[in-house]
Amino acid sequence: MKNRTWLALLLVLGMVVAACGDGGSTDTTEPADDGGTTAPDDGDGGTTTPDDGGTTTPDDGAAGETGYEHLDQALAGDFDGTTVEVWAQWLPESVEATNFDAALQPFRDATGIDVNFQPTPDYETALQVAVDGGNAPDMAQIAQPGKMHQYADAGSLVALDFMNADKLSAEMTGAFFDLGHHNDTLYGVYYKTDVKSIVWYPVQAFADNGYEVPTTWDELIALSDQIIADGNGNPWCISIESQEADGWVATDWMEDILLRTAPPEIYEQWYNHEIPFNHPEVLEAADYMSDVWFTEDYAYGGNTYINATWIGETQDPMFAEGGPQCWMQKQAAWIPGFWGANRDFVADNPEAPQTEWPNVPGEDADYFYFPVIEEEFGTPALGAADMFVMFNDRPEVRALMEWLATPEGAQIWIEAGGFLSPLTTVPQEWYVYPNVGLSEIIANATTLGFDASDLMPAEVGAGTFWSGMIDWVAANGENTEEIFQEIEDSWPS
Amino acid sequence: MAIETMTSTPDQRGLKLARAILVVIVTGVVLWFAVRFLSEPSAFAGLPPTVSKLIQALIAIVVGVAGIWALFYAGNSIVEALPGRATQILRPYLFVLPAVAVVGLYLIYPTIGTVAQSFTVRPEGEAILYNYTEAFTDPDFLIILRNNVMWLIIVPAVAVVVGLVFAGLVDRIRLESLSKSFVFMPLAISFVGAAVIWQFVYAWKPEGQEQIGILNAFWVWVGGFLVDLGILESAEPVPWLLEMPTNNFALMAIMIWLQVGFAMVVLSAAIKGVPTELTEAARIDGATESQIFFRITIPSIKGALLVVYTTIAIAVLKVFDLIFVTTGGNLDSSVVAVEMVQQMFRFRNFGAAATMAVILLVAVIPIMIINLRNLREQGIGP
Repeated sequence: MKNRTWLALLLVLGMVVAACGDGGSTDTTEPADDGGTTAPDDGDGGTTTPDDGGTTTPDDGAAGETGYEHLDQALAGDFDGTTVEVWAQWLPESVEATNFDAALQPFRDATGIDVNFQPTPDYETALQVAVDGGNAPDMAQIAQPGKMHQYADAGSLVALDFMNADKLSAEMTGAFFDLGHHNDTLYGVYYKTDVKSIVWYPVQAFADNGYEVPTTWDELIALSDQIIADGNGNPWCISIESQEADGWVATDWMEDILLRTAPPEIYEQWYNHEIPFNHPEVLEAADYMSDVWFTEDYAYGGNTYINATWIGETQDPMFAEGGPQCWMQKQAAWIPGFWGANRDFVADNPEAPQTEWPNVPGEDADYFYFPVIEEEFGTPALGAADMFVMFNDRPEVRALMEWLATPEGAQIWIEAGGFLSPLTTVPQEWYVYPNVGLSEIIANATTLGFDASDLMPAEVGAGTFWSGMIDWVAANGENTEEIFQEIEDSWPS
Repeated sequence: MAIETMTSTPDQRGLKLARAILVVIVTGVVLWFAVRFLSEPSAFAGLPPTVSKLIQALIAIVVGVAGIWALFYAGNSIVEALPGRATQILRPYLFVLPAVAVVGLYLIYPTIGTVAQSFTVRPEGEAILYNYTEAFTDPDFLIILRNNVMWLIIVPAVAVVVGLVFAGLVDRIRLESLSKSFVFMPLAISFVGAAVIWQFVYAWKPEGQEQIGILNAFWVWVGGFLVDLGILESAEPVPWLLEMPTNNFALMAIMIWLQVGFAMVVLSAAIKGVPTELTEAARIDGATESQIFFRITIPSIKGALLVVYTTIAIAVLKVFDLIFVTTGGNLDSSVVAVEMVQQMFRFRNFGAAATMAVILLVAVIPIMIINLRNLREQGIGP
């Protein structure tokens, strides 16, 4: 009989352990640390000394060299052997993740700090869960300023008041420096920007058909009509399917057009909801947009293609055998990696230089500036950018943050291509195609508009604005006023 | 379980008590040091992260399991040290209470918290029902509710009917287990996996391009013949997941595909449980096969039918991944669970998300009651 007692005991024990296990597993969402995506350790991790932040001694001579206090200390080896964990939304094995990891290597080598970079799929949710669960990474990339404000409001972020703000504001494009602030406190340092106001076109086919790059909206429309009249297929490659972010390409179009048809104040009032979402100026911009999107034969495959096709494959018909089936695509500078055969090639050879790609950017296709619509509003540029924020305050994390605010913090990525820095101090000769031209677009921009959907509350900017655009496309643009009224109604009170 | 009362002398009792107290003290000290050690980062300095995490996990498992075992042992000893009657009364609670407490902590406490949040997390100055009025006056949410109702009516019904027909037919053929395993196989596929598979089935390419989706490839091929014969005017590929309301039915088809196997297996077992005396007697009396099926088999397996129906209905209420992966809830294809995740993680509206959770909970309760009552009638329920 005694055996039975033990049996019961074991059973209960098993239940408790199982129950504990179940409960415990809910907060272990942190991605497994398999080390596979990080650069190899430099092997001297054995000499760790716990650093409590207050005991660092001033350096002899090296101080003041970079203009950033903690970075100087780090370069002097004060934080050798410590570890910093960094998360970013760039997918594991992607070109971005590979380049970012490579760009971190000089910092690792120079300071002995092991920067453990974790590219994280399903990023926004994963980061949110980690922060809520008290397991936030030391540092994380954020694409949407609204998210930064949320985290800062919740008290999750470390204020960057240890940084040399005078130096940073002098070296960074003003708009980006300002956007890193929450309630006048600096919380985010912008690292990487994108210019979205460009249109890609097949160079050789344009030349063969005698088409010229349009510089005004009227020329753009005239060229579109010309392509159809010549029997050369459809002028535009457009699509917006993007997994759980379906629709953002459409919101970029809206924003870029609004910057060209309305004064910058309207744009700002629009994303701040000081004017209704369906303000007449916005509806006017929507009309310009539907002139391209929904005019018959303008968009390849019609509205179904727009909603059904993944954004990485939008331009496939441009690279079709036997000549382009669609001729112009408005998309940011990351798209060449997805052209035709490049998609598979880059996935297999993420470190190959652009000149070795099957479709060479700048030669097989090039870009032009998305034309001005109403001249009085100058030459605006629409951009987006990624910032880094800090969740844990340790001197080695501070040092990395300061390093990312220097041109050297991105040099390897800049030289690898596909990277545009918000820092004006980056030497132009580091840039490769197409970023020399893009940095000129930023420099010449009369207005630098930050992606408005990223500045709106998430319910709209990542919710009804996206889904509304999808519904609009599904109805082939026939319900413009209804859609924009619905988005207006959905604005959180 | 019967537990024999041990008759012990006061001396033995005292010894047991002392031993139990000693075990409690030793366990407490060990646990304390283990926790201190595990939360001290420098303890593992110099080891690769994988190794140190493995060691941490091992220590946690060993100390945790042994510690809980020791505490149970000590608790048991203390209870046994009590007078005989008290031992008998208290011992079951000693073993059941920790499990109940853990379930309460991880299940009941969050449930109550969620219900509370759905009322309390609201903008300043709004009425207590704010989240509920917001939800039920939002036209988008009404469409979501409509979708949920459609899912609830269509998916379990179709899955049960198809499963029943299959179970009835397969009962007689020689390759029964083989054909059953084919139908059963989708059940082993995760929802995300199924969603990915079916995205290929439903894939759409513009007319003239090669159709990579099997459904459109088939449709364009057959449609081509029909056009040639003059029956159809044109056979364009159909964007199954982009047209309303086709997309909802296309999504439901995935769920039915996943659940038919479950329905079939349970119903097939139930059909085999119908006494052959009954069916044979009916056959001798001249009943046709369909009469036997509808008048004898189905009434005999009513309980199993109800179990299958309610189980699938609960699965349907929880459906999330299928829709999130395929349409993302766009184009009027969302359901409450998808909306809940969006509100929670994308929009950070905790009040709204909690409200959706409560709505789902309330919707599940009647189904659970039916299910439990049915199980109790069959004498297998609690």
